[in-house]
Amino acid sequence: MAQEVKLFGMWASLYSRRIEIALKMKGVQFEFIEEDLQNKSPLLLKHNSIHKKVPVLLHNGMPIAESLIILEYIDETWLDNPILPRDPYDRAMARFWARFIDEKLIWISWDAFSSKEEDQGKAIEEACKQLKALENELKEKEFFGGDTLGYLDIAAIMVASWFGVMQEVMKVELLTEENFPILCQWVGKFVDCPIVKECLPRKEKMVEFTRVLLKDFLASK
Amino acid sequence: MADDIILLDFWPSMFGMRVKIALAEKDLKYEYREEDLRNKSPLLLEMNPVHKKIPVLIHHGKPICESQIIVEYIDEVWKDKSPLLPSDPYERAQARFWADYVDKKIFELGRKIWTTKGEDQEAAKKELIGCLKILEGELGEKPFFSGENFGFVDVSLVTFSCWFYAYERFGNFSIEAECPKLIAWTKRCMQKESVSSSLADPFKICGFVVLLRKKFGIE
Repeated sequence: MAQEVKLFGMWASLYSRRIEIALKMKGVQFEFIEEDLQNKSPLLLKHNSIHKKVPVLLHNGMPIAESLIILEYIDETWLDNPILPRDPYDRAMARFWARFIDEKLIWISWDAFSSKEEDQGKAIEEACKQLKALENELKEKEFFGGDTLGYLDIAAIMVASWFGVMQEVMKVELLTEENFPILCQWVGKFVDCPIVKECLPRKEKMVEFTRVLLKDFLASK
Repeated sequence: MADDIILLDFWPSMFGMRVKIALAEKDLKYEYREEDLRNKSPLLLEMNPVHKKIPVLIHHGKPICESQIIVEYIDEVWKDKSPLLPSDPYERAQARFWADYVDKKIFELGRKIWTTKGEDQEAAKKELIGCLKILEGELGEKPFFSGENFGFVDVSLVTFSCWFYAYERFGNFSIEAECPKLIAWTKRCMQKESVSSSLADPFKICGFVVLLRKKFGIE
């Protein structure tokens, strides 16, 4: 049966990149639809009427929203190159750490990047604690998924890209080789993967975009 | 055969109740340990060092944290009895989406209702009713969220129903008046033993909220 796969996303959205990476890993042909987030298309608003956000995957006309949920859908629909582990405990751990990145790590790190000078020391300390917890999850493995990229590596694109961009824009050091040698090694391997290279926008472009996005915040600092 | 399951929980937690329902649906025996959240046990801190929160399921000595993740784990390990997630990938994605929606909205809005007053409280009430109406719409005419059978989304949302009385009491409104079909659904869920034996008494929850408000100095 002909499969029609569309991905509503935005070039600078790392959440959209997660889905691109997973689809490419599975060899799925898809059409990427670039959204202007200041002027969302009627189709996007129809397919994600609840959150009105990207990414949204449209598979044979059926929409799926929320990037981590889309990743699981992709893994359950296209069975080659599984991205989630097979063992239920390992799956639970992968889900836990992916949620941790989205619900805790990013927000605590944003606090560290954006705090006033007097609060920054404490915020950085807290963010480093959370980064260390994630780093410990790598243990002796090449990737979070083991020998190859998996669900948690894809989720951790936030660590591989967003931190570097934010550190340059906000001029705050957080994820350094000195403090996080293992995590930084993983970042290097991750961004070097051919599929990730195809999907990740150039850092300079992301930095410029982020500077514009945060211009009011930066001006007030 | 003992399945070697321990649940670290706190009796009013709607998140802990989700796990209790899932364990009951699968007919599992487990050891229940009540945590004092003002004085967390060394075991809790060891098993959930990242969040230090309940519920934590400990299976064969290994911890699983975060209630939705625990429920999925239980559903995957004991997959032959009372499946909570559908088998079709699209329906599974929809179930996860709505359970995630409950997680993103209901707890915070409910909390705002019993911790704030005036305009803030009115805004929270309005938003909570809005979210519950969306969920009611998603339920439609079906007996349960996935259709004929009690499932993942039902587990995620029904545990908030024992908190509704507290929200209504402190917010001075009626959820049933606004969302009668949703309340009918909660009563349908309560007919299941796994639910009725897992949910806390709404009056006890309200009493607990009274104590919390005193503690936080809320009039």
